Amino acid sequence: MPVLIPRNVDELVEVFQANPQAKLLAGGTDYMVEVNLHGRKPETMISLRQVKELTEWSIRSTQSQITIGAGLPYADMEHGEIARVVPALAQAARTVGSPQIRAAGTLGGNLGTCSPAGDSLPVLAALGATIHVIGPDGNRDIDFVDFMVGVKKNSLLPSEFVHSVSLPIIEGWQGYAKVGTRNAMVISTASACLVRDIDEGIVTIALGSVGPTIIRAYSAESWLMKSTSLRSGAPLDPSVAQEFGRRVAQESRPIDDHRSTAEYRRHAVGVLAQRLLTRSFS
Amino acid sequence: MSINIPVSGAAQSHEIYSLRVNGQLHEVKDAWIGESLLYVLRERLGLPGAKGACEQGECGSCTVILDSKAVCSCLVMAADAVETEILTVEGLGPNGALTDVQSAFLSEGGVQCGFCTPGFIVAVHHLLENNPQPTDDEIREALSGNICRCTGYGRILEAVRTVADQRRKNS
Amino acid sequence: MSSTVASTGTRHGTLGTSASRPDGVAKVQGGFAFSSDMWADNMLWGATLRSPHPYARIISIDVSGAYAIDGVTTVITAADVPGKLTYGLIMQDQPVFAAIGDTVRYSGEPVAAVAADHPETCQRALAAIKVVYEVLTPVTDPEDCISGIAEQIHPDGNIFRHQRIISGDTSVVGAIQVEGMYEIGMQDQAFLGLESALAVPDSGGNGLEIYVATQWLHEDRKQIADCLNIPEENIRLVLGGVGGAFGAREDISLQVHTALLAMKSGRPVRISYGREESFYGHVHRHPAKIWMKHHADSNGKIVKIESRMVFDGGAYCSTSPAVLVNGITHTQGPYKCDNAVVDGWAVRTNNPPCGAMRGFGVVQACFAHESQMEKLAVAAGLSPVEIRLLNAMETGDRMITGQIMDSVAPVAQCIRETDAIPMPPPMTQNADLRTIPGGTGLTALPSNIKRGVGWGVSIKNLMYSEGFDDYSTARCRINEGVVTIKFATSEVGQGFTMLAQQIARTVLGVDDVFLDTIDTQVGSAGSTSASRQTWMSGGAVQAACRAALEKLFDHIAIKNSLSRDGLEIEGTDIVDRLTGQRIAVTAAIKGVDIDCTEEYHHPATEDMDENGQGNCHVAYAFVAHRAVVDVDLELGLVKVVQIATAQDVGRVLNPLAAMGQLEGGIAQGLGLAVMEEIIVKDGKVRNPSFTDYLLPTFLDAPTVEMVFIEEHEPKSPLGAKGIGEPPCISVTPAIANAIRQAVGRELPRVPIRPYDICL
Repeated sequence: MPVLIPRNVDELVEVFQANPQAKLLAGGTDYMVEVNLHGRKPETMISLRQVKELTEWSIRSTQSQITIGAGLPYADMEHGEIARVVPALAQAARTVGSPQIRAAGTLGGNLGTCSPAGDSLPVLAALGATIHVIGPDGNRDIDFVDFMVGVKKNSLLPSEFVHSVSLPIIEGWQGYAKVGTRNAMVISTASACLVRDIDEGIVTIALGSVGPTIIRAYSAESWLMKSTSLRSGAPLDPSVAQEFGRRVAQESRPIDDHRSTAEYRRHAVGVLAQRLLTRSFS
Repeated sequence: MSINIPVSGAAQSHEIYSLRVNGQLHEVKDAWIGESLLYVLRERLGLPGAKGACEQGECGSCTVILDSKAVCSCLVMAADAVETEILTVEGLGPNGALTDVQSAFLSEGGVQCGFCTPGFIVAVHHLLENNPQPTDDEIREALSGNICRCTGYGRILEAVRTVADQRRKNS
Repeated sequence: MSSTVASTGTRHGTLGTSASRPDGVAKVQGGFAFSSDMWADNMLWGATLRSPHPYARIISIDVSGAYAIDGVTTVITAADVPGKLTYGLIMQDQPVFAAIGDTVRYSGEPVAAVAADHPETCQRALAAIKVVYEVLTPVTDPEDCISGIAEQIHPDGNIFRHQRIISGDTSVVGAIQVEGMYEIGMQDQAFLGLESALAVPDSGGNGLEIYVATQWLHEDRKQIADCLNIPEENIRLVLGGVGGAFGAREDISLQVHTALLAMKSGRPVRISYGREESFYGHVHRHPAKIWMKHHADSNGKIVKIESRMVFDGGAYCSTSPAVLVNGITHTQGPYKCDNAVVDGWAVRTNNPPCGAMRGFGVVQACFAHESQMEKLAVAAGLSPVEIRLLNAMETGDRMITGQIMDSVAPVAQCIRETDAIPMPPPMTQNADLRTIPGGTGLTALPSNIKRGVGWGVSIKNLMYSEGFDDYSTARCRINEGVVTIKFATSEVGQGFTMLAQQIARTVLGVDDVFLDTIDTQVGSAGSTSASRQTWMSGGAVQAACRAALEKLFDHIAIKNSLSRDGLEIEGTDIVDRLTGQRIAVTAAIKGVDIDCTEEYHHPATEDMDENGQGNCHVAYAFVAHRAVVDVDLELGLVKVVQIATAQDVGRVLNPLAAMGQLEGGIAQGLGLAVMEEIIVKDGKVRNPSFTDYLLPTFLDAPTVEMVFIEEHEPKSPLGAKGIGEPPCISVTPAIANAIRQAVGRELPRVPIRPYDICL
């Protein structure tokens, strides 16, 4: 067969170890663009299509955690139980490409490609996702912040692959927003995910498309925690939201490119931060 | 209508595999591993219904159903689509008859140049199978991955509404 | 969607009804053969090597590496062109291939082509060809070409055309003066059906058949014949199914390359472009900078217009001179204007070549004049509707070219009917998020949104101009009881083949009308462009059918001893008014053999003199657009909610098809207003893909409410005007004006970007 087809995770580990140069293929929505348009020449391909375990997901309510297989298509995250427990991920999933892309694209793909414009990545960063990696030397867990290390650079070692991603289920509010120049099928100009954990009294905000990696606006987050009570139902002072937005924007490191300007991107994440924070209080 | 041009030279692989398309098993021989499902359907299997207008999943002209999901066939590596069930526009209508969706596209003026049409027909069939009575906004979102440059989408929306209404009345 | 046209109750399939498309079933079943669906036995694939540099001298080309690859059959360069080395629609200044010692003049210019057994082999072959370039500094600013400081990048010079219009009393000055410097970005036609041609050489080696999706079969054939140095009669050009055109197929793209590869290899060759190559492989809409100043009296009545228009034609001439003339002659818009000073330039740069795109120069002029009308309205204290009604053109007006408007000109009616269309309901607090700017990106809530309303009204010339005789031809055969129509009119999706059947059914009283292959084995139909085919090819089909009908009547009169004068078609019968005798047409056409070919010519037009005076256009159509747009002021994101329009169509020949043209054109105008632009930096295209050249999706499309103004145009053979271009012209400034109203900024450039709105 031209494409190697493991039937389960163990076979996958084995065949990937035997073929460390091989490319893993799930939805193909990034890889096939490389082949079709950018002259990529496929050699050894390992299909993930029959490794059903990678499309599983489960909720461990005792640990308030949801674990999603790296091979689950985005379309399956938009509704149902997953959407209920991690609504920001459902919102991000809904903006990925088109319905056809969502039927094929996966978290594993987004993580494999590791583009700062990856739609799900700000959600993983804001929630503090754990990436479960399997390799020839066994399993390891990597925090998202340590997983994405640069533009299209992740910290996977040879013959390692992403098995699943775990996200905490938080009590509070979470939301995602993505700016694009038309109302469907856009690569994000700027994006943000904000999580307000009422139990812990924490707000986290992660930004996409405004730096070489997903940016957590740590300074703005700690300023916010000092400036206002995040636990209770007390209303949010609009000037606090505005200042939060300004500070978040300052932590972004966007560039100019043919899609947009650094100035606009910086401005946009500030607006998103302000609006998401305001929504988290209403 | 298909010509199996034997590939010599630089692109040669000895790739042999089978694809199940529209209920029939097809053998693919002498293929290059990088060929997309779109390419194989059109250039090897004599099924040119799916169209290529962008090769990167940005237009939906290549939409086919794969294991009950509407996907862009330009982004599927053909050799990876073994052991799947593929349905193309050619497989929708029984014995050359028009489906209700196809008829509605014609009666409502949803076809001009026709290049996007097969992709839309497949996507609409898929939409109505999963959401038989969609709202207008649901129709627009479900079809937001299918680009049309000729119609401005107005008559296509009307065609989908027409089918949904007909099916509701007939049920 | 609504329309004021009710069914006339006439026989389905005749003029005025929503007849079915003859190609419809094939298209919905996926069996319609587009040019990219064509194969031949023993076929090779072809591919083109293109320059990455916008301006460079070719020092050497070494193709040996390509030949060393297994499966590569043929490689061609400029040295392999047997005939004319250059081609072009107006000036033949565009090389088939850039030659050693000469320069490439745009990024993407063809340098060589290969034929091989698989598209992948072709790609490897292209990669193996070694071209040595001496990279030069590209000329990218049209002003440098006008001032003369730029080097001449072509022996023919850097100016394609310079034309003035001086009209009336140029010393007039208005009590009110408004001006602006407007800019229109480079739009792409972005048809979905990618370029593809299949050339099949004759076994004798002195001719070929070529199947290609194109807009003007005979013009293609002429250019191919000239470059191949073979007689035109030895080339049969057959229309391959066309997946949209919008102007991009008027110029030669891959036709000569495909033909040359076929002739040299002796085998059928197919070249099919991918999307990226398509962006490089065809001409685009001219980007333009237009300064305009309106002078008006204190009531707001226009007394003079001044303008300077600069169109960047890119590397080769294409149709730039004609695009410029269209732009400047439409300076006044659909308004009365006695005095004008217009200075127009179309120049050559090392930017991508530009040519025809739906609207052909008028899109640019209209953006300027409708942006001006907004400023004029404010200055005169009038509403956008009032200022336009005050100045509305009428039949009989003298235009700034000196030509008298003799077309039906229902400008005021278009405006009033559009104004009467109900506004959409305001956005509610629980509006579906897909209807809010930003959509599922969840960027905004209804409280973040402001709504604006804007207007645009336009005039568009129909058919070719300045003395060009763009006639059309059609052939009607009645033989063995079958009616067959043949023409070379390119069907690009607009529905001409459907219309041709409707005409034949109406004139001849038959229901079944067969259409012969669209190829060069009948006279030229001219180009499918300039909103001309309904008028010109419709006129030709009507003329051919009428000529055939005359012969049929002759035959029936003799056979049935009837007076020739009394015969008429009524429904599907021939009726003799004198005796009341009635013969079914289907019976009447048995046993006849009638064959009529007719040409249809429009009235002649004139060149314009050095002051732009001359009866240079054939006829005109008008349209009004009102746009309602929601804007997120902080993020600059936009959603066009509704477009209301009343269009001067003369006569609705096919209601569904007419709706489709209006809605489709509106979507293209919307694209130019807010999202479509080929971004060029230092001569290089930055976004040659659908990822970054954004077309409106289903979620971007507004609701469209339309009214057809049906005042029959007496000059038109069917009473109908062309309708293809007007819908995409004034909708762009209407949307811009709506955004301006919401935002309160000048926004002089389209496409309007989010940062233009909020930073």
